Amino acid sequence: MSTQYKRIRCVVNGKSVERMVDVRASLTDLLRNDFRLTSVKKGCEVGECGACNVIIDGECFNSCLYLAAWADGKEIRTLEGLLGPGGELSDIQQAFIDEAAIQCGFCTPGFIMTAVEILESGRAYTDEELRKLLSGHLCRCTGYENILRAVKKTMMKRLEASRGQGGAV
Amino acid sequence: MYDIKALYEAQSVADAVRLRLEHPQAQIIAGGTDVLVQMREGKRAGAELISIYGLDELRGVSLDGEENIRIGSLTSFSHITKDPVIQRYINVLGEAVDQVGGPQIRNAGTIGGNTCNGVTSADSASTLFAWDAVIELTGSQGVRRLPIQDFYLSAGKVDLRPDELQTAILIPRDSYESCFGHYIKYAMRNAMDIATTGCSVNVVLSGDRRTIRRARIAYGVAGPIPMRCPSAEAAAKGKPLTDGTVEAFAAAVLEDIRPRDSWRASKAFREHIAVELARRCLREACELAGGAME
Repeated sequence: MSTQYKRIRCVVNGKSVERMVDVRASLTDLLRNDFRLTSVKKGCEVGECGACNVIIDGECFNSCLYLAAWADGKEIRTLEGLLGPGGELSDIQQAFIDEAAIQCGFCTPGFIMTAVEILESGRAYTDEELRKLLSGHLCRCTGYENILRAVKKTMMKRLEASRGQGGAV
Repeated sequence: MYDIKALYEAQSVADAVRLRLEHPQAQIIAGGTDVLVQMREGKRAGAELISIYGLDELRGVSLDGEENIRIGSLTSFSHITKDPVIQRYINVLGEAVDQVGGPQIRNAGTIGGNTCNGVTSADSASTLFAWDAVIELTGSQGVRRLPIQDFYLSAGKVDLRPDELQTAILIPRDSYESCFGHYIKYAMRNAMDIATTGCSVNVVLSGDRRTIRRARIAYGVAGPIPMRCPSAEAAAKGKPLTDGTVEAFAAAVLEDIRPRDSWRASKAFREHIAVELARRCLREACELAGGAME
């Protein structure tokens, strides 16, 4: 039987792209194989570990449970999109390093993209709320406390900065 | 790569109905959080899929002409939780679906998929049963509406005809008016877990808030499909807000539920927590309705 393909157009990390995708491919397959965005990890591949998490139209999705064919017309962001023009780390990435929220690093890109969704909401959250918002990820190294601290610290910093500029909190 | 034989992407509801008739062996895929997992497990190896994920017309919550709440079947769990209509009239549904899986799953999973799976543990199902939800199905002959209790046939089987897809879930006005409810999911973990048992209770109190005018209760995982407890509802109807009423209500659920032993929990344990959940949910629902226990 011949392979079925679909032409998709989407925006990946700010860049408009067009691809023929195999309809059997997951979005993880597409991002890793076609775009070499290897921050998108293949972990459990059944939507439990969150290592493949990416942002689609502003919301986090496990890309392992998302057909590449569905990416047509969508705006997709991965960890690679957080880097500055010279490869500088974003504040949340730096916070993960500073708080030792990383050991092996496999879960980190997924966690950071969820953190980005949390931070971009511009809201302040309690520790309990943050724990719930981060609960779609498994980390087998850090015990989560450092990850929570990194996200909380960045949240506080950003809220403070926006207050300083008279921005809405 | 998934083991997909062919993918048919519906462009409209009518197109989906046509695809259903054209490919009777194909499986409908909505948010994919169950179907794609099953494909990974090899359960649906080589399946043909009809994707309805692109049908934005099936997304969102609104009030229809008769002020019934209309939830498009493709509305994601997280969008239900955040929706102002849900928060105002049936907040318990938003709270219930906020306990499905984890955050990313709640952005992808849909309420239509949750109910069409026909599983007893679906976090939305007990609340939808307890609020007499109506399922809207669209097929080649037009639209059919049926109570959710008739939609669930047996474990994993729902009344979805070969040419149909579920297009909306409705909460009738007389069901949600002056009604307050509470849901408790009992599971081993707070995230990424399936309910050992889930209980949803809602009440309408009398004008002076001293009497229960109507109480409704439904369970997930207390039988092969979600179920209501008529004995418990009768035990609370017209009764004062007292400890005695709560106890009678909670004890009566054992006349209705039929939990089983499974690797997740024993029958005896499920019965024990079912009674406790009924007690706690009724108290909380009465409190939300502004009633004070005597």
